Amino acid sequence: MSADGQRTVTWLPEIRRGGFRGALYGDTDPADLCGYPDHPPRMGFFTDTSVCIGCKACEVACKEWNSVPEAGLDLLGMSYDNTGGLGADTWRHVAFIEQRKPVAAPDAGVAREGASDQLRWLMAADVCKHCTHAACLDACPTGALFRTEFGTVVVQEDICNGCGYCVPACPYGVIDQRKDDGRAWKCTLCYDRIGDGMEPACAKACPTDSIQFGPLDELRERADARLAQLHAAGVADAQLYGRDPDDGVAGDGAFFLLLDEPEVYGLPPDPVVTTRDIPSMWRHVGTAAAVMAAGAVAAFAAATLGGQR
Amino acid sequence: MSRRRAEQPVVPPAEFTSYYGKPILNQPTWASPDIPGYLFLGGLAGGASLLAAGADLTGRDVLGRTAKAGALTAGLVSVAALIHDLGRPARFLNMMRVFKVTSPMSVGSWLLGGYVPAAGVAAVTALTGRLPRLGAVATAGAAVLGPGVAAYTAALISNTAVPAWHDGYPEMPFVFTGSGMMAAGGLGMLSGLLPGAGPGEAEPARNLALLGAAMEAAAFERMEHRIGMVAEPYSRGRGGGYVKAGKALAILGAGGAALSRRSPVATAVSGVALILASAATRWGIFHAGLASAADPKYTVVPQRQRLNERTLAASRALDAD
Repeated sequence: MSADGQRTVTWLPEIRRGGFRGALYGDTDPADLCGYPDHPPRMGFFTDTSVCIGCKACEVACKEWNSVPEAGLDLLGMSYDNTGGLGADTWRHVAFIEQRKPVAAPDAGVAREGASDQLRWLMAADVCKHCTHAACLDACPTGALFRTEFGTVVVQEDICNGCGYCVPACPYGVIDQRKDDGRAWKCTLCYDRIGDGMEPACAKACPTDSIQFGPLDELRERADARLAQLHAAGVADAQLYGRDPDDGVAGDGAFFLLLDEPEVYGLPPDPVVTTRDIPSMWRHVGTAAAVMAAGAVAAFAAATLGGQR
Repeated sequence: MSRRRAEQPVVPPAEFTSYYGKPILNQPTWASPDIPGYLFLGGLAGGASLLAAGADLTGRDVLGRTAKAGALTAGLVSVAALIHDLGRPARFLNMMRVFKVTSPMSVGSWLLGGYVPAAGVAAVTALTGRLPRLGAVATAGAAVLGPGVAAYTAALISNTAVPAWHDGYPEMPFVFTGSGMMAAGGLGMLSGLLPGAGPGEAEPARNLALLGAAMEAAAFERMEHRIGMVAEPYSRGRGGGYVKAGKALAILGAGGAALSRRSPVATAVSGVALILASAATRWGIFHAGLASAADPKYTVVPQRQRLNERTLAASRALDAD
C-alpha cells in the first residue's frame, strides 16, 4: 500500500485471500479481493443506450474535466461518429449505427407500426468497463494500474513507464498509449470526483440519463427492470451487456443496455480476461523450459556417446 | 462518390458483424524490431547459456567462450530493445516496483535482472580468464535461468487478448524454446570453425540445433492446426511471409547441419541459416499477432461461435426440463 492509501495489486496477498483461481476468475468484489478493509460500495456506470440521443455531451464533459487532449479532428464517414473508438485520448465514445431494422421508439420502447424497412439509428456511449477481473491491471508490470476502493481501475500517471502491455491485454480495446507522452491512459471513472461524492463528468452531463452512475448493485437492479420493461414493450433484441457476474470478466463495473448484438457496437460478444489462463500458461512455460534443459543434456550426451570427443 | 458510400448503412454482408469494420482490440503499441528482436534474442541467450554450461562440463573451451559471449550480447541487446520500446524509457526501473505473477512482463523483468548479470560474469570471467570459480557459479546460474528467459516470452505475448497469440498459449512456449535451441545451436556450430576448436567441439551445438528445429516445427504445426481460423495470419500476409521464410531457413540449416558435418562452408551456412530461421519465426509470430488484432474477424467469430453454442446448450437444457 502506498502512502496515500492506494492499493498496489501485487497478487500475492490477493491469492492468499482468494486462492489462485478466485483471484483471477469468477464473481467477486474486487475491492474485497484487494484487501480494502472498510471500502465504499462498488461504483459503476449503467449506460442505457435505448435513451441515448447521440449528443456527445459525455465525450465533451469527459475531455473538459479530465483535460484529455484532442484525438484528431477528422470526418470518418461513419454516420455521426467522427471520434472512431476508445483510446488514450478518448475515454467516452459515442457510436452511431444506421440499420434497416424494425424501429422501436426510443423513449417508451413501443414498436412503431408499418416500420419494418425503416432506417433505425443506434447510439451508444462506450467507456472503460472497469472489469471485475481486469486484464490491463493483471498485465501491468509496474503497479501503475491499480484497483480503487470503489472497485474501479485507474492508471497512476506518475508510475506508468509506457511498456504498453495493458494495451493488447484489454479484451475491449479501451486503454491505449498516448503517442507524444508514452504513457497509457483511460477512463478513471472520475476517481477525483467520486471520491468527493460527485458523479463522473459524463454522467453529470448526460441530458437523458442514458449514462447512470451509482452503486453497482443498484444499477444492476435498475437495468434488470428497464430490460423487462423493454421486453414487455416488444423490443426483443434489447439485452444487457457486461451485467452478468458469471461472464468471462466476472461482470463489468460499467455495463450497458444494447438494442442489438454487441459486435454491432464494436464490442466483443464474449470477452474473457486473458489471465484466466495464466496458471496454465506458466505450467506450459515451465514444461517447455524443462524440455529445453533436457534437450541440452541430450545434445551433449549424444555428442559424448557418439565418440566425437 | 465517397460521400454516398459514407452514408450507406454500415453492416457489411460478411459472416460476422462489426462496427464499420474497425478492430475490437486496440493495436499493440510494441514496435519492430524491438519486440520481435527481444523475443528472438531471449531464446538465443537462454539456449547459449545451456551450451556454455555443457561446454564447461565437457571441456569444450571454444564452444564455451563463444556461447558465453553470445549469451551476454543477446541478453544485453534484448534488454536494450525492451527499454527502447518503453514509452518512458527513463522509468525502466519501475519494472522492479512490484513482482506480479499475473504479469509475464514483471516476472520476465526479474528473471532478466538475475540472468543478465550472471551471463555477464560468466562471459567476462571466461574471456579474461580471471576468477574461474566465480565464473563457474555464474555459468551455472545463467544455465538455470536461461531456459526460463527463452520460454517466458511465450507467456508474455500469450497473456493478451490478441487472438493468434492468446489461443496458441499451450504450444507457444515449445515453439519459443525450440526456436531458442535452434538459434543457440546455430551459433555454437560456428564455434567449431574458430581457431583452437577441437574435433567434435561443436557437435553438441549441432545436436541442439537439430532438436530445436524439430521441436519448433512440431509445436508450430500443432498450434496452427489446433487453433483453426485464428491461425490464418500465421500463413498469410507479412506474418505468414516471415513464418514461411523461417521454415525454409530451418530446413536449409537443419539439412546442412545433419548432412555435411565435415565441410566448414556448409557448417557456416547452416549455422547462420539456423539463427536467421529463429529470428524469422519470431518476426512472423509478432506480425501475425498484429494482423489478428487488426481484423475484427478473429475477435468476433470465435467469440460469437462460443456464445451461440452456450446459448444453444442453455436452451436445450431448458427444453429438457
